[in-house]
Amino acid sequence: MTQIKVTVDGVKYADEVEPRLLLVHYLREVLGKTGTPVGCDTSNCGACTVLMDGVSVKSCSVLAVQADGCDVTTIEGLANGELHPVQRAFHEEHALQCGYCTPGMIMAATDLLRDNPHPTDEEIRDGLEGNLCRCTGYENIVRAVRRAAQAGVAP
Amino acid sequence: MTATAEAPSPEIGQARLRKEDAKLVTGQTNWTDNIKLNGMLQMAFLRSPYAHAKISRVDVSGALDQPGVIAAYCGADFAAEQGSLPCAWPVTPDIIIPPHPPMAVDEVRYVGQAVAVVIARDRYAAADAIASIDVDYEPLPPVLDMRAALAADSPKVHDAGNKSYEWVFANGDVDAAFRDAPVVLERNYRQQRLIPCAMEPRSVVAQWISDEVTVWSATQIPHVLRFALSAFFGIPEQNVRVIAPDVGGGFGSKLQVTAEEVLAVLASRKVGKPVKWTESRTEGNLTVHHGRDQWQQIKIAADRDGRIRGLSVDLLADMGAYLMLVTPGVPLLGAFMFPAIYKMDAYSFKCTGVFTTKMPTDAYRGAGRPEATFAIERIMDELATELGMEPMELRERNWIKHEEFPYTTICGLTYDSGNYEAATAKAKELFDYDGLRREQAERNARGDTVRLGIGISTFTEMCGLAPSRVLGSLSYGAGGWEHASIRMLPTGKVEVVTGSSAHGQGHETAWSQIVADQLGVPFEDIRVLHGDTQVSPKGMDTYGSRSLAVGGLALVQACDKVIVKAKVIAAAMLEASADDLEFSAGRFSVRGDPEAARSIQEIALATFAAHALPDGVEPSLDSDATYDPDNFSFPHGTHLCATEVDTETGFVKIRTYVAVDDVGVVVNPMIVEGQVHGGVAQGIAQALYEEGVYDDDGNLVTTTLADYLVPAAPDLPSLLTERTTTPASNRLGVKGVGEAGTIASTPAVVNSIVDALRPLGVRDVTMPCTPERVWRAIQSAHGANGEVSQSGGTA
Repeated sequence: MTQIKVTVDGVKYADEVEPRLLLVHYLREVLGKTGTPVGCDTSNCGACTVLMDGVSVKSCSVLAVQADGCDVTTIEGLANGELHPVQRAFHEEHALQCGYCTPGMIMAATDLLRDNPHPTDEEIRDGLEGNLCRCTGYENIVRAVRRAAQAGVAP
Repeated sequence: MTATAEAPSPEIGQARLRKEDAKLVTGQTNWTDNIKLNGMLQMAFLRSPYAHAKISRVDVSGALDQPGVIAAYCGADFAAEQGSLPCAWPVTPDIIIPPHPPMAVDEVRYVGQAVAVVIARDRYAAADAIASIDVDYEPLPPVLDMRAALAADSPKVHDAGNKSYEWVFANGDVDAAFRDAPVVLERNYRQQRLIPCAMEPRSVVAQWISDEVTVWSATQIPHVLRFALSAFFGIPEQNVRVIAPDVGGGFGSKLQVTAEEVLAVLASRKVGKPVKWTESRTEGNLTVHHGRDQWQQIKIAADRDGRIRGLSVDLLADMGAYLMLVTPGVPLLGAFMFPAIYKMDAYSFKCTGVFTTKMPTDAYRGAGRPEATFAIERIMDELATELGMEPMELRERNWIKHEEFPYTTICGLTYDSGNYEAATAKAKELFDYDGLRREQAERNARGDTVRLGIGISTFTEMCGLAPSRVLGSLSYGAGGWEHASIRMLPTGKVEVVTGSSAHGQGHETAWSQIVADQLGVPFEDIRVLHGDTQVSPKGMDTYGSRSLAVGGLALVQACDKVIVKAKVIAAAMLEASADDLEFSAGRFSVRGDPEAARSIQEIALATFAAHALPDGVEPSLDSDATYDPDNFSFPHGTHLCATEVDTETGFVKIRTYVAVDDVGVVVNPMIVEGQVHGGVAQGIAQALYEEGVYDDDGNLVTTTLADYLVPAAPDLPSLLTERTTTPASNRLGVKGVGEAGTIASTPAVVNSIVDALRPLGVRDVTMPCTPERVWRAIQSAHGANGEVSQSGGTA
């Protein structure tokens, strides 16, 4: 077992974990932060995307021990009293149906807009290549990211 | 449109933002895998590495020595209680339905079939212990090709043989049509095997308390599952509660009674603790039922002027190793759709269901209708080429004209409504059909290495499953009704209980809109409950684009009953005769005296108090209704796809995609547009990207999302969607929409690719139309019977 100290959604945690424990299982099973789901185990679908020190990572491909000392933001910590502009844009543009990919898609979109505050539609599609959605055909996800960009998400 | 104060604009037709979203965008969801119960254990399965083998020995003792392992079982341990997974659709009297034990006992028949289970304290310990189970297999020859499987000397999947059933249908003089017609074409198409890939993996939790079991499952069908657990596994129905919490997509894949659900229930009972199982994506690709997988032979007979005389279809449908819930019935849902929107004199259909040593197939978005629509729309293009006609003109010459509805097709279905001319005209205009045809001709004339193709799909489909009598006549094991309850709360708020079980479709929002209009209560005051058999005890669940066309109508009928009850009480409150009251916008008023009125909320409170109800009137407005439609729902539309096909690389780029759908009256245009987007995307995925592939030994090689290509955002085009509205014959005028896009889009894309390459001699490309397949199709046609690309490109 290895001790790690991680800040998740603004709360400091210290835990003993198996070195092989995945970050996503640490979030879900140890901390009970089930807002971040698992979709594929092979880092293809992106449903488990979170921000680690502000940068999007697929938490099924990160060991909990690798997050030692890091600041992790999940979908549960994104809103600050009111919905984050990307969350609001996903709602307003109907960019989700079943909602399973949505936490990862929103986190990836947030990172995309941090990197490129005014993306073209093509840049949005390319930027979200690592996140799969089976319901929407991505049409409204592109619209939502465009709307969030117009609303000005950049920090 | 200006709304007056007296008549608020109806909720139906408004693009209401979804009530479902608040929890979904903030991670406050309740997926099955999120559930934690005190003492809950985790299950992991050992699965067959062989496509076909005898099991001679299973030894789970090694697993029991591992830390944290509570129990381990093999198939023999469940033999007395596990029974057989149900098949609810015995399509013919002599169909072969082999026993299908949830856990294999003495023989495995596909890679991934469960052979043993470990129950441990956590999922890591359970997964570790799986490696300590010993199994001795005696490999048997796999059966992988449907055509070879029917040969007399083929190895057998089951002792009874590899043919499960043969189902036939015919109407009109088919022999005469094919004998007398001057033009007869035959084509053979391959519907590849697809893997549904809902984003949420399957997950199940089972908990026994005394003799009662609660099952949480990522299912589309909590009610059917409850019935099945009782009818087939001996648990008294009143002791079974099934809960479908938030469910992350289904597309038919969660329309199933699965081995893992049954084994979770049985294993939990054995260990006396709640157990959970959540699949990995690899387990999902291996063991969630697959879709499609047919060989289609289609023949069409026509006059020289293009009039269709007859159609004949002969299918081989891969059942996989067993018949699951509706496996054999899926091709039948297509049987009635090959004639599509076209008039003809005669039609014959034959389907042979074939066993192979692969994962069983079953319903996947569209279920039978995408396959049929593909074949008819592909051969219409081929017929147009043969006749030298413009393909849209050929379609128009044969389709049912708008003034001919209701129209009874050669299959005996009565299409209640439709206007193919209107949808097509709108689609052609949006698409710039004539402009693109001109560009195509120019590119062809100059021998452009990037060709332009135009693909047409003028589709219809039958959905809204369905009239119970019709389902019965097709030997389906259940009815097709849907249930709804309205509960008027004392404060005037409304609880709506629906038997349909949404998993992304937006029922909470759309159902609120329907009830708001019927009862005249605010959209915000309505709460929709579903997905728990204790909350919603009656239902037929969600599949086959049935929720609105069946469940939506059940809501209307339940609201009718509320209004009837409320009227009696309103009359007493207003000291008027009930006959003198009219109900509008949530208020009962006395005819001719609009000031004398009571709102439905006031009546709800008065009913709760029950101080002054008329004699014999019960103090409740709550009402139930069960609606059984008298016909299917027939959405239709015209989809047009323009592709640019690079003849040097085989790469296909969708340049323009137009979808004009007629789904009748639209409750929420935002949700409907979303359904079309997602449906079209899934159909494009079949055309271009996805295929479940088994190797020569029967191993599935597409076990991850790296191998099975669910398209990502850059792989799909932006879509142009529009609607025409021909109201259906039900009271809301609504039709189903969930599958229409998937049914329409696959042939539109492939027709477009073939249209682009026809000048090069290409007559077909097998799906998925990968760059390699397109390139090879060009190569094999090269110089054979077509124009050779002038700028080379294919050297």
